[in-house]
Amino acid sequence: MNAPNKSGWKPQMEVADATGEHVTTTGNRALMLEEPLLFEIGHAETTGVDLPEVDPNAATRLGSLKREEPIGLVGLTEPETVRHYTRLSRQNYGIDLGFFPLGSCTMKHNPRLNEKMARLPGFADVHPLQPVSTIQGALEVMNELAHWLIDLTGMHSVAMSPKAGAHGELCGILSIRAALEARGDAREVVLVPESAHGTNPATAAFANYRVENIPATPQGRVDLEALKARLGPDVAAVMITNPNTCGLFEPDLREISDAVHAAGGFVYCDGANFNAIVGKVRPGDLGVDAMHINLHKTFSTPHGGGGPGSGPVVLSEALAPFAPLPYTARTADGVVHLIEEEQADEFAREHFGGELSSFGRMTAFHGQMGMFTRALTYMLSHGADGLKQVAEDAVLNANYILRSLEDVLHAPFADSGPCMHEALFGDKDFGGGLTTLDLAKGMIDEGFHPMTVYFPLVVHGAMLVEPTETESKASIDQFITAFRSLAERAIAGDESLKQAPYFAPRRRLDETAAARKPKLKWEPQEV
Amino acid sequence: MRYLPLTDTDRGDMLAKIGADNIDDLFVDVPEVARLDGPIRGLPMHASEMAVERHMKRLAGKNTVAGDVPFFLGAGAYRHHVPASVDTVIQRGEFLTAYTPYQPEIAQGTLQMLFEFQTQVANLYGCAVANASLYDGSTACWEAVAMATRVTKKNRAVLSGALHPHYSEVVKTMAQFTGDVIADSAPAIQAEPDLEGLTSRIDEETACVVVQYPDILGRISDLSAVAEAAHAKGALLVVVNTEPVALGAIKSPGEMGADIVVGEGQSIGVGLQFGGPYLGLFAVRDPKHVRQMPGRLCGETVDAEGKRGFVLTLSTREQHIRREKATSNICTNSGLCALAFSVHMTLLGEKGMRELAAENHRLACIAADRLAKVPGVSLLNNAFFNEFTIMLDGKPARDVVRALADRGVLGGVSLGRLYPGVERLQQALLVAVTETTTEDDIETLATELEALIKEDAQ
Amino acid sequence: MPRYFTDEHEWIDVEGESATVGITDYAQEQLGDIVFVELPSVGTMLDKGGDAAVVESVKAASDVYAPISGEVTEGNDALEEEPALVNSSPEEEGWFFRMTIGDKAELEGLMDDKGYKAFVDNL
Repeated sequence: MNAPNKSGWKPQMEVADATGEHVTTTGNRALMLEEPLLFEIGHAETTGVDLPEVDPNAATRLGSLKREEPIGLVGLTEPETVRHYTRLSRQNYGIDLGFFPLGSCTMKHNPRLNEKMARLPGFADVHPLQPVSTIQGALEVMNELAHWLIDLTGMHSVAMSPKAGAHGELCGILSIRAALEARGDAREVVLVPESAHGTNPATAAFANYRVENIPATPQGRVDLEALKARLGPDVAAVMITNPNTCGLFEPDLREISDAVHAAGGFVYCDGANFNAIVGKVRPGDLGVDAMHINLHKTFSTPHGGGGPGSGPVVLSEALAPFAPLPYTARTADGVVHLIEEEQADEFAREHFGGELSSFGRMTAFHGQMGMFTRALTYMLSHGADGLKQVAEDAVLNANYILRSLEDVLHAPFADSGPCMHEALFGDKDFGGGLTTLDLAKGMIDEGFHPMTVYFPLVVHGAMLVEPTETESKASIDQFITAFRSLAERAIAGDESLKQAPYFAPRRRLDETAAARKPKLKWEPQEV
Repeated sequence: MRYLPLTDTDRGDMLAKIGADNIDDLFVDVPEVARLDGPIRGLPMHASEMAVERHMKRLAGKNTVAGDVPFFLGAGAYRHHVPASVDTVIQRGEFLTAYTPYQPEIAQGTLQMLFEFQTQVANLYGCAVANASLYDGSTACWEAVAMATRVTKKNRAVLSGALHPHYSEVVKTMAQFTGDVIADSAPAIQAEPDLEGLTSRIDEETACVVVQYPDILGRISDLSAVAEAAHAKGALLVVVNTEPVALGAIKSPGEMGADIVVGEGQSIGVGLQFGGPYLGLFAVRDPKHVRQMPGRLCGETVDAEGKRGFVLTLSTREQHIRREKATSNICTNSGLCALAFSVHMTLLGEKGMRELAAENHRLACIAADRLAKVPGVSLLNNAFFNEFTIMLDGKPARDVVRALADRGVLGGVSLGRLYPGVERLQQALLVAVTETTTEDDIETLATELEALIKEDAQ
Repeated sequence: MPRYFTDEHEWIDVEGESATVGITDYAQEQLGDIVFVELPSVGTMLDKGGDAAVVESVKAASDVYAPISGEVTEGNDALEEEPALVNSSPEEEGWFFRMTIGDKAELEGLMDDKGYKAFVDNL
């Protein structure tokens, strides 16, 4: 039942099971080392830094506010600190370790040149409020990146400050609201496809819009006729993901945009899946008004265990004047400008023919500079030709996976034409009460990070596989073999999958207990 | 291309398996109008590591590096020494290239780290529960206001005038779309913040009052009375902290009765980075408010064999489940910066944190006293931690900052930069001092400032 | 005392001028392990069919709707400590809240025991 492996080694589940005979005194298993909580090994008096001792008699200017009570921190020396975190790190799966086909997350290789460049003191050790004469290089990075983003998307301007994708969505929707309000046109509804990322409806609701679903066709695409029928004077915007979350390109997007514009609304495009089309298709050519770009997906800045990300938003000419500060825009002479509060009025007068109408500020300072330097490094490395190849290889890999597995796994949109950079499967044929979750946990034992599960919601037991362009054919072939074997076991109703994973640092965790009696902070044991 | 493993042979074999003649067969759904005939024009082609490095180094070289000059900027971003081992840890691929820990069996490293991080932040803030981070201090501030409106079911926030202007701008921007916000335009120039004026604006409609501690002018004051006044009207006290090192020396916001404490964590472990990525900290004093919190939470549990482990929990608050009813639309947070913070905090420990805070304060006192001796300069603050405001008699501080930069000194943040057009603040200069500041740096600033003032007087 | 059911899987017991509301055994089965119940505060005015409470499992949050209009008079505080009661005793100890009966006529459209059983069998 197990995938063939070259060494001929066969996993023996009873040995790895803690109830088996191979139990160690420490609980460690060779290279897999258990690590206590920091608070169980550290001490209040231990420190890993050398600073002058506190002089209790020193005069202070703290008024009556001196902190008398212990803070409740513990310290470790440097060797202990490095070991604590190194041991913890080994309980994590990362792209550096293996294949990470997490759909809609674009877990591609993170080039180390990016890291090296972001750490140049000229970028890393610069304060955001330094006088402008001392930060010309930083502003040039922002301008250059803006230039790339504008050219790659065929859009007019870009708001640089949003901190991540969802923040970018908010930026786009608020720009749309501001543009509508500026023409005295209060609208109430944002249309979102059922298959959208959860951030889309959450964002629209945050901007005080009512969310209505757009139906999909059985082929997994936006139902153009139903959408057209719903458009009207109350619809502020349509939020569309393209390629969509079913992994398909929306061929009608141009027509959708035209219809939305004719009805006085705007088109927001969720750029989460831009990796499929970067360098190949420019959203501006499809009539998009606003789109966020996840620099941590398409442009290879690291995910870091959940961030930081960066979500610049490219804007059409109609939305540009409403962008949050600071933003960058290209003028007719081809020059890209960085616009902050102080230049904003003058710039708006000169180029937008009116007073400043920015909807405001979304964050302190200028945005995720550390991500800008990484993304720009990546773009310069790939160039226009390399980025085109990125999209092509990402799409090729996904189609290869789709066509290699569609005979064994339910692939709901296999007949809808080629997929883009993601292959979507469902759990329809699983037997014995086995679920997508069981298969995902089985993937862990096989040494892969599981695919995205139960998303999009429109497919039962969805499994969304995004290989990205940075996997070799050998790596993808091994994944296909393992996935096929697991799918066969799931279809056959193999009970043993219900307890997987067997070999991970932890077996399945009790999420119900965690949520019923939340324990979110370490507390000292009562003695 | 060095990041693309497929060979042309691979590509050919894979296309054959798919049944496509060429790659463009896979892009047939792209409408004619959007098809391109080659790489996008106007952009350069691929480049070697060496070439890219040369280009980026040239750009980096155009910036003045904070560590190369006497440096006194703060106003929400502080330059502290980050121990070398912090960067070693965060560059481990298992942390750097991991995703949000949705598969807890293979993400215990990130999850245990987050549990420790949440504990460190909660204890530092004097709170019961902290989340696993938000984008930065300013967005955390808005999330606190939004949470207060959910908890109290009221929609007016009273913002202190001495809240960082970028933070109040963010709150006002977001509130245009959701609720009512009252705010002072700028702080009054006086030695003590006007807390009575602030409490007098709290009424029955108030969801929360937002106060920065230490405030934008570096002032610190006991907020217990504000907490009592807020609670008496059924409002929450939100305390914003932009300098966590201060909490090694001064009372925690939780101790003074703050209900929600938010802040910027950049000072610990993260570095200046020209403003981002930074680290939003978010904590609540009363555990019963936890289900109204935004962002991810990591909790302790056990696995199927009874071993302790950690999971993301209370996820039903979040957008991927609750969609339009979520507590926030946040998805990505600031995980790697949280790791950097936590590693640095582990190296410091209780002892190191106390010492770090004391050293910051000691040097700041020296700087305040020295600068106050410069003719034409006076110190505004009574109490402060590591940042204070000086008044430059009759001189616009912005011009002084620029002139100092020309003389190789990054002398502080002029309030004119933060509040363009607010006349009474134009002579105010915000000066921050940390453990990285030397007594020589302080002397250089004082001397150059004196020279500038003299030069001008002639 | 009569018990009625809604097609959203709430049950409602009527006793004189007051009623008790909870979710059905079928509903708790579908939701899985309940980890949290958010109850309406006493004094809340409910409209028939409007949001009244939220019941959460690990991966889902579901709204519980008011079967009829009326004012909330009591919440089941035991659920705060022990949300699992909704799983173990959904139609007895796991009740959600008590309310006044704003309009008796609203009860007429609801299902009885048999009607609900048939409704569930058809799902």
